Amino acid sequence: MAGDTHAPAAAEGTRKQAATRALADVPRVPGAKKPDPVIVADGVVRRFGGLTAVSVEHVEIQRGAITALIGPNGAGKTTFFNLLTGFDRPDEGQWSFDGTDLARVPAHKVARRGMVRTFQLTKALSRLTVLQNMLLGASGQKGESLLRAAFAGIWRSQEKANTERALELLGRFKLDTKASDFAGSLSGGQRKLLEMARALMSDPQVVMLDEPMAGVNPALTQSLLGHVKDLREQGMTVLFVEHDMDMVRDISDWVVVMAQGKVVAEGPPDSVMADPAVIEAYLGGHHDVSLSDDSAAAELEKTVEAEVEAEIAADEHEKGRHQS
Amino acid sequence: MDIGSILSNALAAAIGLDTIIYALAALGLNIQFGYAGLLNFGQAAFVAIGSYGIASMVTIAGLPFGVGIVVGLLASVLFALLLGIPTLRLRADYLAIATIAASEVVRLLARSNSLGAYTGGSNGLTGFAEGFYDLNPFPAGTYGFGPFQNNERTTWIFLVGWVLVALVALATWAIMRSPWGRVLKGIREDEDAVRALGKNVYAYKMQALVLGGLVGTLSGFVFSLGRAAVQPDNYATAFTFFTYTVLLLGGAARVLGPVVGAAIFWVVLSLTDGLLRGAIAAGWVPDGLMTTTQVGQVRFMLVGLALMLLMIYRPQGIFGDRRELALDGR
Ligand SMILES: Nc1ncnc2c1ncn2[C@@H]1O[C@H](COP(=O)(O)OP(=O)(O)OP(=O)(O)O)[C@@H](O)[C@H]1O
Ligand SMILES: [Mg+2]
Repeated sequence: MAGDTHAPAAAEGTRKQAATRALADVPRVPGAKKPDPVIVADGVVRRFGGLTAVSVEHVEIQRGAITALIGPNGAGKTTFFNLLTGFDRPDEGQWSFDGTDLARVPAHKVARRGMVRTFQLTKALSRLTVLQNMLLGASGQKGESLLRAAFAGIWRSQEKANTERALELLGRFKLDTKASDFAGSLSGGQRKLLEMARALMSDPQVVMLDEPMAGVNPALTQSLLGHVKDLREQGMTVLFVEHDMDMVRDISDWVVVMAQGKVVAEGPPDSVMADPAVIEAYLGGHHDVSLSDDSAAAELEKTVEAEVEAEIAADEHEKGRHQS
Repeated sequence: MDIGSILSNALAAAIGLDTIIYALAALGLNIQFGYAGLLNFGQAAFVAIGSYGIASMVTIAGLPFGVGIVVGLLASVLFALLLGIPTLRLRADYLAIATIAASEVVRLLARSNSLGAYTGGSNGLTGFAEGFYDLNPFPAGTYGFGPFQNNERTTWIFLVGWVLVALVALATWAIMRSPWGRVLKGIREDEDAVRALGKNVYAYKMQALVLGGLVGTLSGFVFSLGRAAVQPDNYATAFTFFTYTVLLLGGAARVLGPVVGAAIFWVVLSLTDGLLRGAIAAGWVPDGLMTTTQVGQVRFMLVGLALMLLMIYRPQGIFGDRRELALDGR
């Protein structure tokens, strides 16, 4: 029961150190082998008509670490998430979770095996209360079978235990005062929190978050980051998509970069952000990157600025031509 | 104009046969549409299957009416599976299209010449209800009080009908407050979110479709036994649309919404009917405007108008919670 164990304060960060140590010797190349992978994907291809949205040759996700999946818009990150979690079918490819084959397993079974996800576009169940949203996340509920549903005696005690656990989780996510409100009345950021808390109700092994920080205010972002780090301390594996590079740098142990469906780079945050392949990926996509004070990154920023200015100039030139 | 008898008729309609039939049909639809969000536009077919289950088994096959009940229920499950298997994995609108088409297919088959030997064609069937009325414990006579006075046959079918309504409402309450009901409501809100939480959405939707269809079939039993006749055109799409009206009137996803909705629907129909006829008889309505033969249509227009007003001023129905509706726009 990974989610139940609160890491004692003294042990804070031990899992981070363990993850950093485990990944220290991993070569910084796309498709690198990890010492203890929980997800291994091979030759995963998804095409939409003529467009190849995902074409991942090989990727491994280290157990117990926080891995960030980054890349420009349209790189195929969400599509890859959808494939891994059974929400979409691949044209080709295999992947395993915790040693068992998981390709083409329906979404609900993926979740039951311990791999839960959240969505880029938050899915709060509006006309259910926050608490009901949470309870829906609990797994193995006796009362979810139609034959037992009518007999409250069968499921009442389990429901009570789940409610306690839900309230405890809501407390951690600062949503306990909202427990009896409709989820539809929450703000965008609170919905992100709820969706994450709800996913944790089932004590997953792997949590996959698609842009958990998008649209969340900076103060809340800090607490969300804290929650994500917490998950690692509780022994969970986190795979998340994020565009904000500062955030990626702050919490991830490992970064996988996708561009045009392929994994183009891998490594710890600092080395990845200095990787020419990454710079190329972002510039190739004409993507505006949020960068931090790293020297290589600053260089990239300059390049981006130059590129953007050149583009603006070109645009104005265009406009001028059209107007005349 | 005899206001007293108009009011008395309207009160009687509140617990009448039509109210029972529509309450049951809408209770079934509530499980499908109200709780699970399934757009079943073929509830009339489930009702027809119940009606013909009894009528055909008894009149054509000469079997006891209990066999008709079992056959009706089994056929209803089969029909739900037939509709659900290809459509429930697809987007919600596919079920709507499939059900409305299948419902018309059922009706047209029932009234076709080629199946006439089993269904009585467009004339329908009669003379199958005696097995049911043989079980009537009430001796001949008049029962009830005030506006609610009926003979022993009507009293018997009303009793059975309302017991069915009460049992179904009770069962709905019991399962919808459970974790099973919660999954269903979750599916109504966003089925992918529910899937991501490890629930087999397809199985839940199928269960809701079958359950709601079975309740619709109960309505069909009351329909055929109460009238002691079946006629295919009673099961046209209008039946389904009235059932939706009843459901929205009472408030979807409320246990008693369908029951109250059905009562109000038929009371209002009876009132408008009585008042219009009274007004024409009293010469208050000029001949060029409306005649007694047009009252039937005009009262449905008035019901439509009333429904529009309701949707504008109380869109959540009688029992609904307006706060819930306000969430939809976000
Ligand atoms: N259902 C679909 N039908 C057709 N094309 C699709 C579909 N879903 C995704 N795509 C295409 O696949 C590509 C990858 O999309 P995806 O949503 O995976 O990108 P992403 O990396 O998540 O981008 P973002 O950072 O903007 O969320 C895009 O070019 C997109 O247009
Ligand atoms: Mg995306």
